[in-house]
Formats: sequence, structure tokens, C-alpha cells
Amino acid sequence: MSPLLSSIFSTGFAFAILRVMTPLLFPALGVAVSELAGSINISLEGIMLMAAFFGVIVSAFTGSLFLALIAGMAAGVMMGALLAYFHLKMKADIIMGAIALNMFAMGMTIFLLYIFTGDKGSTSSLQSLVFPSIEIPLLKSIPILGEIFSGHNILTYVALLAVPFFYVLMFKTPLGLRIRAVGQNPHAAESVGINVDKIKLYALMLSGFFGSLGGLYLSMGYVSWFSRDMTAGRGFIAIAAATLGGNMPLGVLLSSLLFGFVNSIAIYIASLNVPSELIQMIPYLVTLIALAVFAMRAQRIKNRVGEIQEHFDEDAVKAVVKDVLKTGGES
Amino acid sequence: MENILQVKNITMVYPTGVIANKDVSMDVKKNSIHAIVGENGAGKSTLMNVIFGKIHPQEGEVLYKGEKVSFKNPNYAIKAGIGMVHQHLMLAPDLTVAENMILGIEPKKGKIFLDTVNALEITREVSKKYGLDVPVDKKIKDLPIGVRQRVEILKALFRNAELLILDEPTSVLTPQETEILFETLINLKESGKTILFISHKLSEVKRLADTVTVMRDTRVITTRDASDLTEEKIAHLMVGRDINSGRIGEPENPGNIRLAVKDLSYVDDENVQILKDISFDVRAGEILGIAGVEGNGQSELISIITGLLKPADGSVSVDDNNIIGLSPRQIRELKVSHIPEDRMENGVADMASLEENFIVDRYYKSEFSKNGKINWKYIKDYSVDLIKRFNILTQSSKTAAGALSGGNIQKVVVARELSSNPELIIAAQPTRGVDIGSEELIHDLLKKARDDGKAVFLISADLDEILKLSTRIIVIYDGHITKQFTDCSNISGMDLGPYMLGVKMEEGASGKIHS
Repeated sequence: MSPLLSSIFSTGFAFAILRVMTPLLFPALGVAVSELAGSINISLEGIMLMAAFFGVIVSAFTGSLFLALIAGMAAGVMMGALLAYFHLKMKADIIMGAIALNMFAMGMTIFLLYIFTGDKGSTSSLQSLVFPSIEIPLLKSIPILGEIFSGHNILTYVALLAVPFFYVLMFKTPLGLRIRAVGQNPHAAESVGINVDKIKLYALMLSGFFGSLGGLYLSMGYVSWFSRDMTAGRGFIAIAAATLGGNMPLGVLLSSLLFGFVNSIAIYIASLNVPSELIQMIPYLVTLIALAVFAMRAQRIKNRVGEIQEHFDEDAVKAVVKDVLKTGGES
Repeated sequence: MENILQVKNITMVYPTGVIANKDVSMDVKKNSIHAIVGENGAGKSTLMNVIFGKIHPQEGEVLYKGEKVSFKNPNYAIKAGIGMVHQHLMLAPDLTVAENMILGIEPKKGKIFLDTVNALEITREVSKKYGLDVPVDKKIKDLPIGVRQRVEILKALFRNAELLILDEPTSVLTPQETEILFETLINLKESGKTILFISHKLSEVKRLADTVTVMRDTRVITTRDASDLTEEKIAHLMVGRDINSGRIGEPENPGNIRLAVKDLSYVDDENVQILKDISFDVRAGEILGIAGVEGNGQSELISIITGLLKPADGSVSVDDNNIIGLSPRQIRELKVSHIPEDRMENGVADMASLEENFIVDRYYKSEFSKNGKINWKYIKDYSVDLIKRFNILTQSSKTAAGALSGGNIQKVVVARELSSNPELIIAAQPTRGVDIGSEELIHDLLKKARDDGKAVFLISADLDEILKLSTRIIVIYDGHITKQFTDCSNISGMDLGPYMLGVKMEEGASGKIHS
């Protein structure tokens, strides 16, 4: 077997997929919440940057992992709230608002980075903390499974748990129902007394919350420092992952795994003698292909559903007509 | 009987300066069905929105159950026991019936979780209590529109509505769904509810209402017992003049065959045979009406004739030109015009201005553009002329089509299609959801087109319209023609019914004059 194939079929590779998937799954869930609320948040890139930065800085200056977690999450939720403010209060286009936030986060983190460290590149001069990795008792002693699933950063497990959490939140609580109702028909929600803006604000803050965990993982788990633009487009790939997953929890998990897989391959191929520029293209290329395939499939499904619906109507109407005629069409 | 609602001297002026209600007063008796009729723009919807607390009038007051009320927003109206069923239903399409029912007042399990089982149970109970059958666990988007409306009514009843306001409830329904709705409303009245409904279909009003309030030009003209009024009388009050509702006269004598459809079949992507061996002709100077329950192949037939669909078999020719395979523009170049059945879907671009909508099929002609540059100055004059000729109510020719009322949007479509100097007019549901005045105008225009020697192919779910206008009628059922009536002067809807349902069928029926 070639060295590449043998490394792909190793447990180390499977382990890497989960590791690489984590900073995609969080923001993808963030995008999904916002999309279900009908106000898509494309500022996950900026949200993650801010969370990653504040997590590192607070941990370095306070030495507290807990405070770092709070600071990172606060930064993400604030970004979400800020977007809601632009979009709902100031009536700005949500895409424009999100683009502005992304650029703001990029500049702001570099600016603050320089203030705090005197360096515009990274926080490598600071002593910052990382979230611990966890060996899962029992599981770790099972041969292959243990090697794949045990020993990850705690945030990777949080990411996996975030999927059922997302499901329960969106489908088993009144808030989730309201978020979905607002996303599907805001007028309907309004007509039964739901405050549409408030629900959208909550959804965008939730979006920021999910995104912030992705950012924290990047700078305090994946690596142990903050560097400029370290999100490297993950916030955007997350949009593709959410769309591909139909904004549904399981779908988002699977599409994040797919992107995690592709990213891992890119990392593994890098050890071979191939131009790195080509390799770096792979994840984005796969994103494009996946979205195109998805769009074609969705169109086909839509056509089918449309037809089925037509037939449903027709039969129902005919049944009704016959009924009416039988029970006294002359009245 | 006591009044559940009294409206006194309401005057409503919108911020734009448009006066929508002028000194409007009306009493609604408890436990009755009260209809408000009037043409589009007469002020009916404004009055409903005032009652419901959506907008607040400059003058006048609303008394509900004898007490003066001024609802800050619709939520207060709902709490007081007023429910509204909007014309555009207020339902979330991807949620189930039960989820839509309990939205905003969700039953909880523990303190945090949604009690989905209880939600289904509640919905079943309400549905049973009022005898309105709905599939509680189906998604709204999978339900026909009539059932969706029932969900909307149940939603209001679940929130303890005693006064139910329905805004043009039948405009989106088929005749059969309308029947069911009427039964529902009568049952609700018998169970003690009060129904206030807006309509401009007089036969409905006459059948259903106990009391009728007629509005015209922002004012209330009169409120009377329905038994004191005839349809003609209501029409007269609404429009301020007599309306001709009888059958139009027969044409002189039809000329050459303009549209010839021969052995046409269509099979859809699901392999369902939608059209089977359809043959008919339409001649110059006649109106051929096609009657049938919607969904029996009419839409596909129109799409094929206008170049939007390709048939499986058969031929369609316009003036001896085979049009199968031609593009819609090439077909239009043969002097064919098409009033599509869904004006919002295929008739206008709702965000585009009237000017843009008027020239969308002819912008490339030398009259409208030269050297690749569009002559907007000329188009403006052209549009203003059309607006005047077709009596379209709009602020200006630059107004977005979507900003107009339904009837006026339809007039925009009709204006475009009839001003292209067509020889063959495909008119699908030409007056669906438009007010009487516009309906009369459109009928007159179609009659005039016929008298000018144009061929008109009329597709309508409104049997009265078919019977009023058609020179000949063909009936379609399940994709084939079940009957042709060549003499339409003495037939009624009851004669068409059995053929529309496929209960009766004429051997080898086709719409051809000469076989």
C-alpha cells in the first residue's frame, strides 16, 4: 500500500478527522440556528476570531480557563447581538452587516493583538492556556475505537454533544418552535403575538454562542496561541456545511464530518511532494462540488414534491366535489 | 339582538395622505353572519384593520360588547375575543397543523420542554369541538389551501374568538372548497359565534349573510338585512350603477380557424398521463370556453399552447403554423397573447414598475428601443396611455406592480396582453379575485376582442364566467374532453356538472366544428 493510503486507513487519520471537524461543526450549528430563524448569519468567521482572541488574552492575563471561556463566549454572543442590532434595529441588510462585522473582527483582533503583545502576527510571546484533553475511561482501552474517540480535546466532545443539544433546543422547546416559525413565516408568528425581532435576536445570539466555542477551540485546543486570521475561512465553509446539512442537526454533523475528512486529507497529502497551493485548494474545491451536487438534488426533490402536491390537491378536490353533489348539490 | 361590535364615525387617513375610511359607522349583531362588500379600494380592509387594532383612526370609536375599545395592537384584539383569518394565511409552512395551532401559547412539559403530545391532543380536541376536520400531524405545506384555511379558523377559535373576521376567504378557494367553508361558517354561527366577512362575490354574500354592509369609495353606503337585497341591488349599490351580469350576445359569424389542437397528449415527469388525445379548434370571432374542475389538465394545456411545455404527442397550430418547439416569444410573434392563470407567478414581475411590466414582451421592438437603448420617455407616455385606457388605479406609471391591488394588477396583465394587437387570446382565469367593476371591464374587453374578429380561448374555474362569455363550451375531465356544447344560450352549470366530474361522457367528444 502506498504511504498515503496506509496513513488514511490508520486510526490516527480518523482521530484527525474529529479534531479538524470540531472548528467547523460549531460555526455550522451557529449558521443553522440563524438560517432556521430566517436571518442567515455569515459573520461566523468574525465571531470565531473574536472568541479565539479574547479567550487567549484573558487566559494569559488571568490564568483562569473558566474566565477565558466566559470571555470567549461573551465575545461571540456580543457579536451576534451586534449583528441583530444592525439588522433588526437599524434595518441594515444582514449580509452587509455580517460582512462589516467580519472585517471589523479581522482588524480589531490584529489591532488589539499589537496593543497587548507588540506583535501583529500571533500571541506566541504570551503564556496562554489550553482546554484539557480527556481520556475516556473504558472507551480508551477498546482497541481501534479507543484510539479514534478517546483523548480528544474536551471541546471536541462538547461539539459532538452540541448536536443533540441543538436538536432538543430547536425541536423540543417552545423557543425552538418560535425560532422556526419566525424563519418560515414571520407574519404568522407575529399574528399570534410573538415578538419576531426578539426571537431573531435570540437566534443570532445563539449563533454567536455556537461560533464562539469554535473560536475558543481553535486558539485554545487545536493550537495554543492566537494568530491573525487563524480561522482561515472556516466560518465560511461552515455556511456551506450548514446548507449542505439542510440546517438539521444530523445533516450538519455529517457535512461537517465530510469537510473534516477533506481537510484531513489535505493535511496528509501535504507530506507528499505535491505543490502545497494545490493541496490547500482541496477543501474549498470539495465545498464547491458538494454545494453544486446538493443544489441539483434539491431541485429534483422540489420538482417531485411539487408534483405530488398537485396530485394530492386534485384528488382531494375531486373527492369533495363528489361528496357535495351527493349530499345535495341542488341546495 | 344585541350588538357585539359597533363602529362609530371612523375616519382613517394614512400618513401618505390617502383617505381610506370617511365617517364610517356600522353595527354588527351578535350571533350573525355579517358581510362587508365593496370594490377593491372601497375601504373594507382598512376598516377591518381598524377593528383589529392594526391601525389607529384619526376620528371615531370602536365599541366591542358595548365597551369602548382601542386595541394597541392585534394581540389585544385577540385577547378580547376577536380573531382574524387573513387572505394570505398566517401559517408556518414547515410546521405541522398542531405546531401552528399552539404557536405562541405552547403547552410545556416540565418548565422547559415543549409538550408535543399534548399539542396534538389539544388540536384534536378543538378540531372535534367545532367539527372542523384537520390532519393534526401533517405539515401545512402538504395540505390543500382549503384545509389550511380551516387550520387558520381553528387557530382563532382556539384563542377563544367570539367574533371572527374573514378577509375575502373565498378568493383563494375552488368552488367546492367554498361550499365546505360556508357550511363551516353556518355551523359556527349556530354555535354562537359572530362572523364578519369581506367579499365581493355577490352570490356568496346573498347566500350566507344575515346582514350586508355596502362600502363604496371610503364610505358606508348602507347596512341592511340580506333578505331585503337582491344580487343586482347589491351590485348597484357597490358600483353606483347597474351591472350587466347576463349572457353576452352571440357573435355575428365566426371566421377562420386560428388555433387548432389535434390529438394532444401530455405525460408528466412522473409518467402520469395528464392530457389524452385532446382536439379542438378556436375560430376568429368566437370565444371557446373550457370548463372543468381545476387540476384536470387545463394548466398543462395552456402551458403547451403558449410554448412553456412540450407535449408527448399531437400538434398545435396557430394560423397553420405548427408551434410545437417554438419559444414563447416566437409564438407571441404569431399574434398570440396569454393572460396567465396566476398573475403573481407568471403575469407580472411584482418588484418591477408598471412601465417595465408593460413592455416586458415587446421591449426589443423598434418602437421601444433603438440601437440597444431603451426609450423610456416614449415608454412612459405609452404606459400612461394604457393606464388610462384600462382604468388602472395607480399612483404613477413608475409604481411597482406589486403595490397595486389584485384587481388592478390583473388589469395591468390584461392591458399588456390586449394591447399587443393579438389575433388569438389565451385567457386563463382572467377575473380571478378581482372586484366586480374590474371583472365587468375585462369581460367587456374580451367581448370587444371577439366582436373585432379575434379568437378567444377562455379557461376559467368560474362557471358563471364560462357561461356568460362562451360561444361554445368544451368540458375537460381527467385530461380528456367529455362534452362539447355548441349552443350555449340555454345551458346552466347543472348541465356541465356531470361532465366536469366524469360521471357522464359523450362518445368521441371534441371541440372541433368540423371533424
